[in-house]
This record gives sequence, structure tokens and C-alpha cells, in this order.
Amino acid sequence: MDFQVVVLAGGNSKNLTPLVSKELPKPLLPVANCPVLNYVLHQLEQSNLKDLIVVVEGEDAALLVGAWISGTFIDRLHVEIAAVPEDIGTAGALRAISHHLTAKDILVVSGDLVSDVPPGALAATHRRHDAAVTTMLCSIPVSGPLESGSSGGKDKAKKLGRYNIIGLDPSKQFLLHIATGAEIEKDARISKRILHAVGQMEMRSDLMDAHMYAFKRSVLQEVLDVKDTFQSLKEDVLPYLVRSQLKSEALLNRTPQGEENSNEKVSSQNNQAFISRILANASTPSFHGIYSENPDGSSSTRKTHKCCVYIASSSSYCVRLNSIQAFMDINRDVTGDADHLLSPNNIIGPSPKLGTKTTVGPNCRLGEGSEMGDKCQVKRSIIGRHCRIGSHVKVVNSVVMNHVTIGDGCIIQGSVICSNVQLQERVELKDCQVGAGFVVTAGSEYKAESLAKKEK
Amino acid sequence: MDARRMSRAVPRVRQVGFFTPNTPAKQPQPQSAAPSSESPPLSDSPASNSLSPVMIPPPRHLSDNLGGRTAAVPVPGRENSGELPTVGSYNPSESVLWLDSPPRSRIGDEELSEGAESSLGWYRRSDSAKFASSLPSGGFNLSTAKHPESVAAVEAKNPLPEQSEAQKEQASSSKPLKAKTTKAERRALQESQRAAKAASRAEANKSGTPGGAPSSKPMKQPPQKKDGPPVASSIAASERIGVDRSVEKERKKDLPPPRKQFDDESRGGRAKRRSVLNQPEARNRVELFRHLPPHKNGTQLPYLGSKFFELHEKHPAVYKVGLQYLAGDLSGGNARCIAMLQAFQEAIRDYSTPPEKTLTRDLTSKIGGFVSFLIECRPLSMSMGNAIRFLKSRIARLPLTLSESEAKTTLCSDIDRFINEKIVLADKVILRHAATKIRDGDVLLTYGSSCVVEMILLYAHELGKQFRVVVVDSHPMLEGQKLLRRLVVKGLSCTYTQLNAISYVMHKVTRVFLGASSIFSNGTVYSTVGTASVAMVAHAFRVPVLVCCEAYKFHERVQLDSICFNELGDPDAISKVPGRVDVNYLDNLTDKQKENLELLNLKYDATPSDYISVIVTDYGMIPPTSVPVIVRGYRKEYLLI
Repeated sequence: MDFQVVVLAGGNSKNLTPLVSKELPKPLLPVANCPVLNYVLHQLEQSNLKDLIVVVEGEDAALLVGAWISGTFIDRLHVEIAAVPEDIGTAGALRAISHHLTAKDILVVSGDLVSDVPPGALAATHRRHDAAVTTMLCSIPVSGPLESGSSGGKDKAKKLGRYNIIGLDPSKQFLLHIATGAEIEKDARISKRILHAVGQMEMRSDLMDAHMYAFKRSVLQEVLDVKDTFQSLKEDVLPYLVRSQLKSEALLNRTPQGEENSNEKVSSQNNQAFISRILANASTPSFHGIYSENPDGSSSTRKTHKCCVYIASSSSYCVRLNSIQAFMDINRDVTGDADHLLSPNNIIGPSPKLGTKTTVGPNCRLGEGSEMGDKCQVKRSIIGRHCRIGSHVKVVNSVVMNHVTIGDGCIIQGSVICSNVQLQERVELKDCQVGAGFVVTAGSEYKAESLAKKEK
Repeated sequence: MDARRMSRAVPRVRQVGFFTPNTPAKQPQPQSAAPSSESPPLSDSPASNSLSPVMIPPPRHLSDNLGGRTAAVPVPGRENSGELPTVGSYNPSESVLWLDSPPRSRIGDEELSEGAESSLGWYRRSDSAKFASSLPSGGFNLSTAKHPESVAAVEAKNPLPEQSEAQKEQASSSKPLKAKTTKAERRALQESQRAAKAASRAEANKSGTPGGAPSSKPMKQPPQKKDGPPVASSIAASERIGVDRSVEKERKKDLPPPRKQFDDESRGGRAKRRSVLNQPEARNRVELFRHLPPHKNGTQLPYLGSKFFELHEKHPAVYKVGLQYLAGDLSGGNARCIAMLQAFQEAIRDYSTPPEKTLTRDLTSKIGGFVSFLIECRPLSMSMGNAIRFLKSRIARLPLTLSESEAKTTLCSDIDRFINEKIVLADKVILRHAATKIRDGDVLLTYGSSCVVEMILLYAHELGKQFRVVVVDSHPMLEGQKLLRRLVVKGLSCTYTQLNAISYVMHKVTRVFLGASSIFSNGTVYSTVGTASVAMVAHAFRVPVLVCCEAYKFHERVQLDSICFNELGDPDAISKVPGRVDVNYLDNLTDKQKENLELLNLKYDATPSDYISVIVTDYGMIPPTSVPVIVRGYRKEYLLI
């Protein structure tokens, strides 16, 4: 279908420390015991998109991700791994691989998207409108107040940061304004020109940019080339394209018609104009077309491009893993409501060994080879592979990764415990994140803290 | 050309007449072949003849059959209703159907209606019973379907006037026996039960049962004793011959399509092969229009979108066009046709012949796949059908010696030439012609948004003619507003009104310019719904109606109404007014109440040629009666280049 797929897998995310580390880059962060990148790749594979470019920040991370992908999808996907330097942002990453892009349209997916929205729907919308950029919006997930209620005020601030202010046209097909979390201040600047052309704008704050975009390749490359200060797709490129949709600058002169026309070897330019006028008159005019018409009705001298949206239906699941809270939510949802996201090969292996009177509640997931002692309780939690859990341990609303040793009498609530952590006896953790390889001494109590090994 | 036409026309007749799927067309033949050897030609020819006036496009030489030959031809029901005023226009064929056996020996085609009249008394008696029991609905369709069968049956009996009634009865009733005994028995049993149910009277019951029974002995009793028994037995006989199946089918699904458009068979076949879209269920659709393809509503769009990457064999350009059709982004005959052709052009450019295949055949099937995908998105317009036919004929006529790249460039330039000559140049010629009909001080009325009419108006304006334009529009498309906007922007003075005010503006109007989706060879103009009303009102006000239409949209078909072939729009579109949330009277109906509601949003209607003064086409300005000439000449031209 002439689409190229770029998965921006990222590398070490600051938001997710201490969960991610050099050994465990963000794409490989396990969500319900399988790396988060798996969800994206699985979704793409289901859509029959088998040629992918996965962009990873950092060489080491790229090696790790590459090894994992070639192990998992060896004969199913054709994946190119591209390593880019760290901290160049999403736009920078695309700029770095720009010369690999050849197809007419580029689908850019964030590697931390856990979603069941078919990417084809976005692509179809993009094609139908012949848009310069199409973005997928999804409703902001309700992070369950029940489970995360204990996390308190800190998360509230974080959640506010995720908010987007999004302006749509009345038909909810075009993106008129977008302001993402970081740049929301007290007032929003809206282009008068756009407002004038559309006449009516709907401002939404209940939608979230899912970071799945379809770009027209020519537009994307030109923007990246010319605006070399742009760092982020979401915060720079997309708002720029949206802002300038009615005054496409010279760099966007190769608008759709221009391209198509140049392909066609039609005898007379006159006839071509005639045909395009017939086509233009027949199609439902968007405000772009109306605006680009000069007052005297002659066709456009003003260049426009379209920024479309695809709004995922509210029933579909779509969350980005970009914070610890989101990590907890996704873990909870994937084992609970949205369990169809799990690809079948990742369901529990051989059942773990349980001690006597140990109960495992619903919405739990236990990895293979884990052992649990007597009288343990596990509720709404995920426990990775080869964990050793002693007796009288209580694990609620938590994520325990692989090779974790938990001593007797520990109580773990709402926490994330990374791989190779050792919890000695009678440790009590509440809303904590324990980085990989950390050792929690016996009898200690922590509440809402982030524990990690000191970087050497 | 003629051979070509015949080969296309004949299967269509079959399909229409005997619409049951299991090759019902063959049924009369073995039956009639059984009693005597000379019957097959007889049974064949009347069946096709009586059907052909309805179905086969060129009306000239066949139209005399229409009135004279059989009174039972269902569509021109006027003649029949004159003869049988008490019976509805659908019933005459019914009367023929089971009156034909009582006056057996003298049945000829011309006598059918007399027979019907002479025995009208008892006919009416049993009429109610039969209609009530076995023909609950869709009388129109049934009659079309049954009629040829009955004629065939009559013809089958005709050659045996010298034989005794009993033998004849036996022959007609035991024909299935000869084919296959067990099946016939079963069928006969079934029919006997049905006959028993159908004939409410005891006597009919008494004699009807043996009439349908497989053994031939008891059948010697009933014939011609009273009026009743023949009726019953003829019910059985006629039903056996062809109706039973159709009646059964009738109950399941209504009106099968008279045309290729939404045939059961083709649907089934296509669904089996690969249907890209879900078929929306036939919920609350108006019964008379159920044969039309249901509107693919908006819910199909995300569905199709989600399969975007899975449909590899559909070229992206074609896919895009399909999406645009489905979403309604692209409408208008010319634009749709151009978009389709350009998409095909792109697909051809990217095409490469797979190994072990020839370009001609593989590309044809590929184009066929594209076309069926587009049809699923939205039914094709006639003009697109013509364009596809052109393209396919060009592909078929490619010389085998051409290399692949040469063939591709040839085809692409052919498509370009088609667009340029048939659409662009044609429009320019039409402009010139039509502009001569616009004089200073004229008030021109147009309906909807036709791109040719728009160009004419703009062209005349550029020429400096002084005229005013009345744009008539209608809900729910409100396409006229788009046209209005463009006209006003260009400085024309316009009046905008809705269709329901047409009679008030018409007396000021001096010319009516209309666009058309297609023009049939009987001069019928097939165009956006509402066009017929405009033309009719204009005719009543003695205002000349000029229909502007490119010749590539002409079609050889003959269509008398807008029922048998049409397109359904989104039914919800007419219950809502855009931008008026307060107009929601239909919204708060309960599901139960909604069962009583059937929304009908037709897209097209057919304007009879009486209302049309002149057709402006690229061959000049012609009367509607000259359309067949153009169709003939045109076809020759583009097929034989």
C-alpha cells in the first residue's frame, strides 16, 4: 500500500527511571511479562505490515532490541534496526533515518503504544483526505482511581501534564489546533486565519495524541530538513504543520496535486486544469479548498495542506507507556479488561509452583519457573519468570519482574520491582519503584519512594 | 456488434425471467420436450419473446410485441388494466396463468386475455383464496416471474389439442416424474399439500389433491367436469411448473433484481469469493426497493479502513478512490469516472505481468477485481460502466506482439484519450452548443449540481450574456449550495430555492438546464432524484428543458421507471437536518416503533422523454428519440478504433 512504517522505540526514558536501565531499555520493559515493543509489533503484524524500521536510541539498546526482535519475530517480520544517538528527540530520530524513507507515506508509531486500534484505519483516513499528516487521537484513559488512588498528589501533576488541548473542525476530521502538555499555559494561541476559514472550532481536552502518525513523506522530509531545530514530532513538527496548514510555505509547494500532475503525461495543461476542476468541484470541499479559492473564484494561489485526525472509538484500548503510572495502568488493563492485546504465545508457560494455602487472585499473571512459599497472597499483580517468593508474602497491585527474590513476610502494594531485586524478610513496600539489582534490607519500610542502585 | 449484443442480452433475459437460482430456465424445456418433439422451439420462443419487450434494450423492432402479443406482459400494465378493470394491474398475468388450462385447446397468445375475461367470474372467486395463501407479497415480481412460465406451459400443451384431456393433464402433471421419480414424488406431495391449503373450497381440495398426486390414474376423473376442478388442478400444474419455487423464494426475500445489479446469484457468488465489506442487514428497508444494493453506511468506513493493509491486491490508488466513494467525498458522474480511470491508469502503470500469465488476461481480471471492489464501495454509474467497457475492450484488443511496457503505455494513453475526448472535449462542445440557447434576459433554472451545467452557465457569463440563474436544490445532499457558491463567486446573479417551491419559480423561468447521470436509449434521462419533478413542472409550464449530457453516458438499456434500477442512499440522512439538532422528531422512537418506520432515500430517478425538449450532447443538440442512433454509432466508434 506504499506505506513505510517507522517504529520509534526510544531508549532510556527519564520518565520511567528506575524501571529502565542500560540493561533494560524502554522497548524491552516487560508489560505482563512481554516487552512493550511486542504489543506494537504484534499489532503491526496483524495489519500485515511486515517491513518495519525500528529506531532505537543508543547503540547498546539497539543491540539488545535487535537481539530480542530477531529472536521473537525471526521469520515473521522483516525489521531493520536503526540506532540513533540519544536525546535527539523523535524528530531528530526521523531526520537521522530520513534517507531510508522512500514510500509515499510514512507511518510513524511510537514503540510504547499499547493499543488495539488498527493502524490501517489511520492510513485509510490519511489516504482518503490526501493529507499531509494524520494523527490518531484517542480518549484519555481513565487511570483507575481505585487502584491508583493511593498514589496521591504527585501523580495528579503528572496526569495534568498529559493533557492536550485539541481543536477540531465540526466534522471532526481535521486538526485545527494542538497544544500538548508542556506548552499549555494559561492562554492558547489560535490562528485567526484558521478560525476564520473554518468558522467553528471544537476544543477538546479529553483526547490524547496517541503518537501514531501518518505523514506524507515529502512533507515530512522537507519539514525536517528546513526546520532543523525541531526536536520532537509531537511538540514541534505536528503543531507546526497544524499552524501552517493554510499558509503552507514554499517548502510545501509540492502539494498533492502538484505531485500527481507531474506524474501524468497529459497533452495539454489546459485539459489537466479542466479535469482537476471537475474533480475539485465534485468532491466535498473542506475549508482548505474554500480558503484557497481566491475571492474571484479562480483556483488556488495559496497553498494549503490538510492535517487530519483519526479518532479512535472510545471502546478501543489505546494507552502510551510514558510514565510509571501508565505502566501500572497498562499492566493492570492488559491482564484485566484489555487482555485481548496479549498475543497468545505470551500467555503463561508451565504453571509455577505454589506453596500450600497460597492464593492467586484474578487478573494475575505468573511467569514460568516462579516459586512461591506457603500462605502467600497475590492479587491483581504480575510476577515474572523465575521469581522466588517466600512464605506469608502479600503482593497486591504490583509488578514483579524476573528473577526477583522476595523473603518471608514481605508486603508489597502498588509497587514495581525490577529484575534481580532482592527483598529480604519482612520488607514493606507501598507505591515504590525498586530499580534492577537493588537489595532491600530486612525489615525496612518504604512508602512512595523510588529505590535504585547508585550509579557508579 | 450485433452478435455481441445478442450474446449479452440473452442471458440477461433468462436471469430476469426465471430468477430462481438452480437453472430454472431449463425447466420448461424438458417438460415440453416430453409430450412432443416439436414443442421445444415453441416453448422457447414465446418465453423469450414475451419477455424481450421488457428486457432487451433496443425497443424499435420489438416494441410491437409489447401490446399485441401478450396481454400479460407485466410492466406495461395499462393495457391489461383496461381489459380487466377489477383486477389490479399485476393480476392479469396471474389470470393468464391459471386460466390457461381450462380453455385448453384454444389457447393462443392472442386469446389469453379473452379467456381471462370470459371466465372472469369463477376466476375471481378463487382469486382471493389463492392470493391469500400462496402469494402474500410482491405481486408484481411474482407476475413477472411466473408469466413466462405460464406461457411456456401453455405452449407445451398447445401441440396436443387432439389428445384427450386426461392425457394432457397427465402429461403436464407427470412431467417431473420423467425427470426423476423420487424427487417428483416428493414435489408432488408437497404441492398437493399446498394445493389443499390454497384452495379453500372442499371441491377444489378434493380434485386438486389427485391432480398433484404422482399416479396418473385418478387424474382421469377430474378434468372438465365443473369449473372448480380445472382451476385447482391448474393451480397445481402451474405451480409445479415454476411458481412454487419462486413463491418459496418470494417469502424469503423480496423482489429479485430485474437487472444484473443486485442479483441474488451474483451476490452469493461474490460473497463467497471475497466480500471486502460487510453486508449491512436489510433492516427496515422499503419493500419495493429491497432488490437494490443497500447503502453502505458510515460504519463500513472504519471497517474498510482497518483492513487497509490487508488488501494487498487492491492498488492504493484504487483503494483511495473506493474510500472516497464510500465516504461520499467524491460524487458526480464525471468526477467519479475520471477518478476511477486515473486510478486504473496508476494501477496499470505499476502493473507487471506475473510469470506464466499473459498481460491481456491477467490485467483484465485484475481490473475486474478493482471494479468489483469499487462496486462494493458504491454502485457504479452508467458512465463508469461504459468507461470500464472501453478499457476492457482496449485491453482485449492489445496486439500480442507488444511488449509489456508498450502495452502499458498504450493503455495509459488510451485512458487519457478517453478522458480528454469523451469528457473534456465533449464538455467543451456541449458548452458551445448550449451557450447558443442562452439569450440576454433569460432566467435559467438548474437543479442540483451538474458540472456541465455549471460550466455552461459560467461560459455564457464569460461571453457577456445577461441572464439570471435559479438554483433549485433539495435535501439531503444540498449539492446546489456548492454550485450556488461557485456561481455567486463568479458574479452571476442567482436565486436559490428548494425543490418544493419549484412551481412558484417556474413561471418566471425561460429555460431549464439539467444534468444527467445517464440517458437510456428510449430517451429516458436517469439523473439525481428530483430531476423528474423539475422536468415535469417545466413541461407543465411550457418551459423548454435542455438536458446536457456527454455521449459516453448514453446507455443502450431501456428503462421505464426508476424502481428496477436505482441506488439507495443513506436512509438516516433524510431523517436528519444538518446543523439543526432541534429537528429530531424521529430520534426518540423506541425500537419497537422503529419497526414501523421505513426510510427511503433514493438517489436517482428516471425522467420520461416526453418532458425533455432537447438533449445537448457532444454530437449536437438532439431530440430524445435520437439517442439510440448515438448509442449505436458511439459504440461502434469506441470499440472499433
